[in-house]
Amino acid sequence: MKDISLSIARPSAASPLQKAGAALTACAILCSIIATFGAGKSHPLPFFFLITGLFISGGIFYSIPYFKAQAGIKNDGIMQNSLNSRGAVAWGIAVLLTGFYIILYWFPYYLEGLIRIMDPLSFILRAKASDQWFLYGTFYTLAVLIMGMRFIAKYKFSRYHIIRTISVMFFQLGFAFLLPAFLLKLNQPEFYFSYFWPLKYSYLFPNDIDYLIQSGNLGVFMVFWGMVMTVIATPLLTYNFGKRWYCSWVCGCGALAETLGDPYRQNSDKSLKAWEIERWMVHSVLVFIVLTTALLWLNSWKSGTILGDASGLFSQWYGFLIGSVFSGVIGTGFYPIMGSRVWCRFGCPMAAILGLFQRFKSKFRITTNGGQCISCGNCSTYCEMGIDVRAYAQKGENIIRASCVGCGVCSSVCPRGVLKLENLEEEGRFIPYIRHENKV
Amino acid sequence: MNIVIIGNGITGITTARNIRKLDSRASITVISEESDHFFSRTALMYIYMGHMKFEHTKPYEDWFWHKNRINLIRAYVKTLNSKDKILLLENGESIAYDKLIIASGSIPNKFGWPGEDLHGVQGLYSLGDLELMERNTQNISSAIIVGGGLIGIEMAEMLHCRNIEVKMLVRENLYWSNVLPKEEAQVIGKHISGHGIHLYFNTELKEIISDDQNHVAGVLTNTGEKFECQFVGLTAGVKPNISFLEQNELETDRGILVNEYFETSIPDIYAAGDCAQFRNPKPGDPAIEQLWYTGKMQAETLSRTICGYKTAYNRGIWFNSAKFFDLEYQTYGQVFPEISEQHNSFYWEHPDGKHAFRVNYNSTDGRILGFNFIGIRFRQIIAEEWIRDRKPIDFVIKNLKKGWFDPEFSKAFYNDISDSYFQNLKGRTDE
Repeated sequence: MKDISLSIARPSAASPLQKAGAALTACAILCSIIATFGAGKSHPLPFFFLITGLFISGGIFYSIPYFKAQAGIKNDGIMQNSLNSRGAVAWGIAVLLTGFYIILYWFPYYLEGLIRIMDPLSFILRAKASDQWFLYGTFYTLAVLIMGMRFIAKYKFSRYHIIRTISVMFFQLGFAFLLPAFLLKLNQPEFYFSYFWPLKYSYLFPNDIDYLIQSGNLGVFMVFWGMVMTVIATPLLTYNFGKRWYCSWVCGCGALAETLGDPYRQNSDKSLKAWEIERWMVHSVLVFIVLTTALLWLNSWKSGTILGDASGLFSQWYGFLIGSVFSGVIGTGFYPIMGSRVWCRFGCPMAAILGLFQRFKSKFRITTNGGQCISCGNCSTYCEMGIDVRAYAQKGENIIRASCVGCGVCSSVCPRGVLKLENLEEEGRFIPYIRHENKV
Repeated sequence: MNIVIIGNGITGITTARNIRKLDSRASITVISEESDHFFSRTALMYIYMGHMKFEHTKPYEDWFWHKNRINLIRAYVKTLNSKDKILLLENGESIAYDKLIIASGSIPNKFGWPGEDLHGVQGLYSLGDLELMERNTQNISSAIIVGGGLIGIEMAEMLHCRNIEVKMLVRENLYWSNVLPKEEAQVIGKHISGHGIHLYFNTELKEIISDDQNHVAGVLTNTGEKFECQFVGLTAGVKPNISFLEQNELETDRGILVNEYFETSIPDIYAAGDCAQFRNPKPGDPAIEQLWYTGKMQAETLSRTICGYKTAYNRGIWFNSAKFFDLEYQTYGQVFPEISEQHNSFYWEHPDGKHAFRVNYNSTDGRILGFNFIGIRFRQIIAEEWIRDRKPIDFVIKNLKKGWFDPEFSKAFYNDISDSYFQNLKGRTDE
C-alpha cells in the first residue's frame, strides 16, 4: 500500500543575495581546485586570501536574507529541495565530502597545492609549515564560523540558539584551532583542551601521557586537565545540565554538526529500528575503546610481556575504523544523506558515556507542556539525533533520552510551544502529565 | 467483542489505541476513506510549506497497527444497517460490528455562496483538500480567503510561503474577535498584516465570479468591492461530516446527537469527536467540539465506556493553543471576548506588540477564571491548578514565574507584568 505523496510545487525562489552567496562559494571551491593542481604552491598568499575571502563573503551573502527576514521558523521548502532532502544535489555533495575525507586521510599528497596556501598562516600561528591537518583544521574552523553565522541568522529570535552557537564557534576557533597552534609555536605539545577521553581517545593512552609528562610542567597540567575533565567534570556537568553542555556547546564535532550540518538535520532516521542499531553501535564503540585503553595500560604495566603487540593492534584498528573512517569519512561525508549527527549518534564513545549519565542520573529533561501536543511531527522531523520526540510529547511524557544533545530545535519548531529544555530537580522527571479528570 | 470505528483521525485512532490498552482481546477495525494510516491533520499546512513530507505527519510507524492488532481498512462507508449491525462499504463489502464508533470528523462549511463550487474554490480539512490545494495553487499569483479563523490563517501562511498574494475577508471588525478580546485580536491582526497579508474587516463574501472555463476569476464582497484572484479558500468553520448517515434512523441535528457517554440514539452505536453533538452540553460549553484536544479527550473517555468502565465526559479546564505566523497563543480557563459585569480583567502588552498577557477574575473576591498568553509559553499544569483552586489574582501575578515556559535565556516578562499590575492597582486605590 502506498500513501499519497505530494508533488513538488513551485518552491519559493532563492533571493538574489542567496544566489550571489552560492556563486561566491562555488568560486571558492573552483579556486581551491586550481590551487590544488599546483597554483597554490607557486602563489600561496593570493590563493589563501582569494579562497578564504570567497568562502567568507559567500557565507555572509547567503546569510543576509535570514538576518533581514522576520523572526520565525525558516523551514519553507526544505522537503521540496534537492539540497536538503536527499535529492541529486545532496548525493553530489555527499560524494564530494566523502571523497575529500578519503583524500585527506590517505592520499594527502594530492592536496599538496592546497596545503601550501596555508603556509603563511601556519607560520604565523604555529611557526612551522602547513600540513594536511592544518589545512583541514582551517577549513573546519571556517565552516563552523561561516555556517554558525548562518545558523544564528536563521534562529535570531532565540537567545538559546544564539548563545550556544557563539559558544561552539568560540570553542572551535579558540580551543580547537588557535590554542593548539600557539602551543606548537611555544614548543609545547599540541593539546586540545576541549577534547577529552574517550572522544580524544589517546589522551588517556600510556604513550600520550608519558609524552606529555616528559614535556614539562604544562604537559603535566594537560594530563591533569584531561583526567579531571573525564573523571570529575563530565559526570558533574552532565548531572546538572545534561550532555548538551558538551555536545552542543563545546565539542568540535558538535560544532560542525550544528552549523555546517544544520541544513541536513531532518535526514536522521527516526525509526525504532534505527534506535536499536544506534544503541548497539554506540555502546559497542564505547566498549571497544575502554577495552583498548585497558589493554594498553596492562601492556604498559607489564612492559609488553603478556600481550605483545596485541594492544597496539587494538589501538591501530580503533584509530583506523573509529577515529578516521567513522568520525571523519562517514561522520561528515554522509551529512546530506543520514543527517548531521551520524557520528555523534552511532559512533561517539563520549556521547555514549554522557548519554548514560543523562538517561540515568541527570537533572536535564525536555519537559512536555501538559496535553498540548498536536502530534504534528515538526519536533521529530527536525531532531538531528533521530529521536521520535513526538512519541513522548503526545503522551504528555518528558523526553529523557540518552542521545539528546539538547540543541533545542524541537522546542523552537514546535508550533504550540509544548517543549522546554530545562534542568530541574531530578526527582519526578519521568512522571507524565495526566489530566486531572483522568486521575483515579 | 468486535469493535468497528469509522474514521482514522485523532478521535478514531485514540479510541482504538485506548481500547487495545484496556482490552487485549477485542477485535478492532478502523475504516477510513481518507488515508491508509493515521496522520496528524494539524500538520497538513507543513506538508504544503515543505517543512515535512506526508510520512513525517504519521505519529506511528506503519508496523504499529499490525503489532497492536488494529485492522485498518481503506474504504468509504456507504450505509449503516443498525438493525443487523452491518456497515455497507462503497466497494460492495460489508462489515459486521458489535459496537460501532463513528468518528468521521468534519467537512468545511459552505453557505450557499454563488460560485462556491467553481474550480479553484475550496476549504482545507482533509488530505484530499490538501492535494486539491496543491493543484489549485500551481502558478497562481493571488488568493482570497473567506473567514478569519484558525484554518484561514493556516491557509494564508501556506499561500504566503509560495509568494501568492493573500487577501482575507473577515466578517468581524477585528481578527477572530468572536473568540478573542479586542486587545488580543488587535495584536494578532497587526502581526498578520505585518507579514504582508491584507485583512479586510467587516467584509463578507457575496459572490464568487467565474471565468469562461468555470474557474474562479474573482470575488464580490458585501462592501461592493471586487477582487481578482485565481483561488478562493473557504475557511468559515467546519461542520460534522455525517452525510453518509442520511438514510439512517440515527438521530442527528448538526452532528450526531450523543449524551455524556457518547451514546447515540441507537444502542451500541457511539459517536465522538468533530461529528458528535451533545444533547445537553454544560452551560457555557459548546455542543460540538471541533478541536484536536477535545477529540483526543473524548476518545479517551469513550474507550473506557466501551471497555466496561462507563465514564461520563468531563473536558475539565478549558485550554487551547494556536500559532499565527510566528505568534504563539495559549488560553486556559474562561476568557470570553466580552468581559461580563461580574468579572474583571487585567491585560498587559509589551511595547513591541508581540507579547501579551491577560488574566480574568471575579470582581467580588478576586479569584481567577482564565488566562490568555500571546508570544508567551506557560505551563498548563500550573494554569490549570490555579484556575481549579480559584487562586486570588494577587497570588497569581506574584507567582507567574512558576509557570513560565519560555525557552531558557529568553527575556522573561513576569516582572514587567507584575509591575504593571501593581502600579495599576495603586493607581486605582489612589483615585
